Amino acid sequence: MATIVDARGLSCPQPVILARNAIKAARFPIEVMVDSVTSRENVRRMAEKQGVQVVVQQSGDGFKLVLSR
Amino acid sequence: MLRPLRDMFKPEDHPRLLVGLEVSDDAAIYQITDETAVIQTVDFFPPVVDDPYDYGAVAAANAMSDVYAMGGEVALVLNIAGFPPQVPKEMIGEVLRGAGEKVREAGAVVAGGHTVEIAEPLYGMAVMGLVHPQRVLTKAAAHPGDVLLLTKPLGVGMVTTALKGDVADPAHVAEAVASMKRLNRLASQLVQRAGGIAACTDITGFGLLGHGYEMAEKSGVQLRFRFSRLPFVAGAIQYANDWLFPAGTCRNEACYRPKTTFEGVEEEMQMLLFTPETSGGLLVAAPPDRAKALLARFAEEGQDVWAIGEVAEGAGIVVEA
Repeated sequence: MATIVDARGLSCPQPVILARNAIKAARFPIEVMVDSVTSRENVRRMAEKQGVQVVVQQSGDGFKLVLSR
Repeated sequence: MLRPLRDMFKPEDHPRLLVGLEVSDDAAIYQITDETAVIQTVDFFPPVVDDPYDYGAVAAANAMSDVYAMGGEVALVLNIAGFPPQVPKEMIGEVLRGAGEKVREAGAVVAGGHTVEIAEPLYGMAVMGLVHPQRVLTKAAAHPGDVLLLTKPLGVGMVTTALKGDVADPAHVAEAVASMKRLNRLASQLVQRAGGIAACTDITGFGLLGHGYEMAEKSGVQLRFRFSRLPFVAGAIQYANDWLFPAGTCRNEACYRPKTTFEGVEEEMQMLLFTPETSGGLLVAAPPDRAKALLARFAEEGQDVWAIGEVAEGAGIVVEA
């Protein structure tokens, strides 16, 4: 069962903070929903810096980032 | 965005406008007599800190900073404010009081303003300053060999972003707020008194690299910063390592990364330098002998200053480790 982080409608740094908390809790896989390119890139780069694998998918008007270790 | 205005207002039709149309800078400058030019600028933004008094003070220091970046003194200020109807009058009063005390510290006067009802709070100022037309400090006067000086630490944008995310250490916030509230007045006066130095700008929304690039471009030179010499407020490096960048960092990065070369600087620290600043310090380019004299004068006056790099021939920005 994936951990869902819905960060749609939130602006930086909130999506990064939520995704980071989920990574710390280490319940992978984690699906992070965002609705802006800026949030997508910030979350992706932060996660990759943590050594987490990131797959980005288009999801409706936004993006889904699937984080796995 | 400004192109329609450039087509409408031709510099040759407005000879008294010394700075504004062709050469955009920190503020517009309009010459009145041989001795006097008016500096006109406007700035406003949503709350960057929780305390209304501090918000007003930071907004005031930030708005007036453009006058100091051009080497002038602030004369007259008008408030620009918008608040939601549910914000208590006392709270708006605190914003105005914080701003007013900064204007008084600047030796200037708040003479009125305009307030509207809007969904999100907004506060700032239209600021009028004065300067001798021959003593204007612009971005366009840096020369190869000049030393680059900075008068406030960087990174307050990281702290305000962490604050927005409710993860900021209160001690970090206090230091950042104190830095943002500090006027650039004394720094500007010391630069003016040293004479012969003409390249100056203030570090605000485009960050060190954005405002540095403007100076490089308008002066036709390259700016070389040494990362190891850059000063940061407490917490800025930590929040950058946690990747707590605001959206503005990415906007600035998109604009200025193509103009910037990094040599041995970590990605987080690169992003830190793209991060918007609020009410940042002055970036001054001065020939080495004058820079040395300035460093001594700043030290005597207790005004912070750091030598953070130099100007070289070429174009764009280089950040060395």
